Amino acid sequence: MGLPQIRGAQAREVWRRLGAVTDPELDEPITDMGFVERLEVRRGEVEIAFRLPTYWCSPNFAFLMADGIRRAALAPAWVTGVRVQLMDHCYADRVNAAVNGEQSFDAVFAELSDGADLSELRETFREKAFLRRQEAVLRGLLAMGWDAAGITGLTLAGFDALNLADSPEAAAQKPRYREILLGEGLAILPQDPAFVTWGGDPLAAGELGDHLMRLRSIRINMEFNGALCRGLAAARYKEVDLSGDEPGLVDFILGRVPPRDRGTGPDCRT
Amino acid sequence: MYKTADGKEIFVLDCHTHFWNGSPENQRNIHGKQFIDCFYAYHTGLSPKEQLWEKARFEKQTVEQVYQDLFIDGPDDMAIIQSTYLRDFYKEGFSSIERSTQLAQVHPGRFIVNGSFDPRDGEKALEYIHYMKETFDIKGVKMYTAEWHGESRGWKLTDPSAYKCFELCDKLGIRNIHVHKGPTIRPLSKDAFAVGDVDDAATDFQNLNWIIEHCGLPRLDDFCWIATQESNVYAGLAVALPFIHSRPRYFGEIISELLFWIGPDKILFGSDYAIWTPRWLVETFWNFQIPQDIAQERGVQLTDQIKEQILGLNAARLYDIDVAAKRAELAQSPIRFAAE
Repeated sequence: MGLPQIRGAQAREVWRRLGAVTDPELDEPITDMGFVERLEVRRGEVEIAFRLPTYWCSPNFAFLMADGIRRAALAPAWVTGVRVQLMDHCYADRVNAAVNGEQSFDAVFAELSDGADLSELRETFREKAFLRRQEAVLRGLLAMGWDAAGITGLTLAGFDALNLADSPEAAAQKPRYREILLGEGLAILPQDPAFVTWGGDPLAAGELGDHLMRLRSIRINMEFNGALCRGLAAARYKEVDLSGDEPGLVDFILGRVPPRDRGTGPDCRT
Repeated sequence: MYKTADGKEIFVLDCHTHFWNGSPENQRNIHGKQFIDCFYAYHTGLSPKEQLWEKARFEKQTVEQVYQDLFIDGPDDMAIIQSTYLRDFYKEGFSSIERSTQLAQVHPGRFIVNGSFDPRDGEKALEYIHYMKETFDIKGVKMYTAEWHGESRGWKLTDPSAYKCFELCDKLGIRNIHVHKGPTIRPLSKDAFAVGDVDDAATDFQNLNWIIEHCGLPRLDDFCWIATQESNVYAGLAVALPFIHSRPRYFGEIISELLFWIGPDKILFGSDYAIWTPRWLVETFWNFQIPQDIAQERGVQLTDQIKEQILGLNAARLYDIDVAAKRAELAQSPIRFAAE
């Protein structure tokens, strides 16, 4: 995925923080999705440009990401100002005006999201992220031979001691699950149950099967957008597929050969 | 017709195709360009590499190409062409009933051309439904609830103006209502693609068949719940099916959910031509098996008989097509075009 050029320790710090901003619907860091096109720091002023897989990506998600980027970039003490630019989007002007403080943030958001409340929307996607991460860990444990009673009996301390090296997806999601688990106060003490519902109820061994079915249906929905977005992003950014050999005829037809003037402006790749 | 490895002939009715003009000459503005670009990204994102088209071919197809892709290279016996106007984006509409009807007349008996209307037009929408029935004798319509229209960014099936249109459809015998409920990546308002309004509309119009294209993804669970309650709600596989190539396990999960919740009688094949072509989709689908652990967990199976239902027999029922008679009719009139 296309990565912007990151120069200097300050830019690297901002980049690291941007890794905590996720696409709300996909629960994937925007830095992994390749959405960030440009990141520059000059005398404490941070400028970030980002682009989504299509011109039509849901405006309220664009808005949430723009807001997340701004917050993440404002975090370091040395930052004096942040400017966020959403590129090539049907609502780019409105989102940019709002996130950079030229228009009322709440008013613009309400308009773009049919009156949805920003904090409600955040909560909805936080829950989905929690459940999706939980499913990855649960399925990893099942694949490693754990039974339902063993899984639902796990405490936070037991969870922390887990070695999931044999299950890469579960291993990747383990710290991300823990982050929400603790961040939302769903587990606090080492003896608290590690696997709970979003409402905070511990999972019982007998209901694990049904719970997993529900988690699967949530993931099917999220993955649909995720897979589509990845496909669309690859097409929009016209990246070279290096998984095969040299670019073939089809790569030339599709313009997938590397653009010579890559990164000079938003139009160079369209 | 699709011929299986052991020689069985499968009737294929492709429920979701278009004859669009997304070319620059027809684009009204940047939105028109971005709309077809987005479709093209779907095409490049999910097609097998050897099936990719160059942009100009994708933007607008010729009559010969369509027949070639669907019926000569492709296994379709029949195809339903949906109309989609997007008048705010395209000068002559994206995919108009008049243009599609011209295509269909080249080889009668191959196409079913569906209409479309926009309830926000009020009285004019009702007049237009009469016009489509009288002029084209339509059996179905395609609804695009997230279409932009002036300041409006969408409508709901339950809007009073929409109910008036459905009452008229019912009266005129336009029984098949295809509704786009699909990806959020479109000109939207997210709400305009939420599936809740299907529930009420399907309850209130029992005589109509509600075919939910893209089976409500990414809201499959909501859709399944509704389609399980309502006997007249169907799932169209367009956009879900192409995942069978790039992510077969994921497609296995989707089809398992559909089979578990709504059963094999209410799932309909659609290629979404010209985003994808039917040949590779049907071939891959016929040879597909749901991964065993998923099938076992859900207690479902995708037998040859079920595949045959999905590929054509279910839709034939909705459109009153006598499959045996249709086969005989088509065998009498092979499609031929002079060599170029």
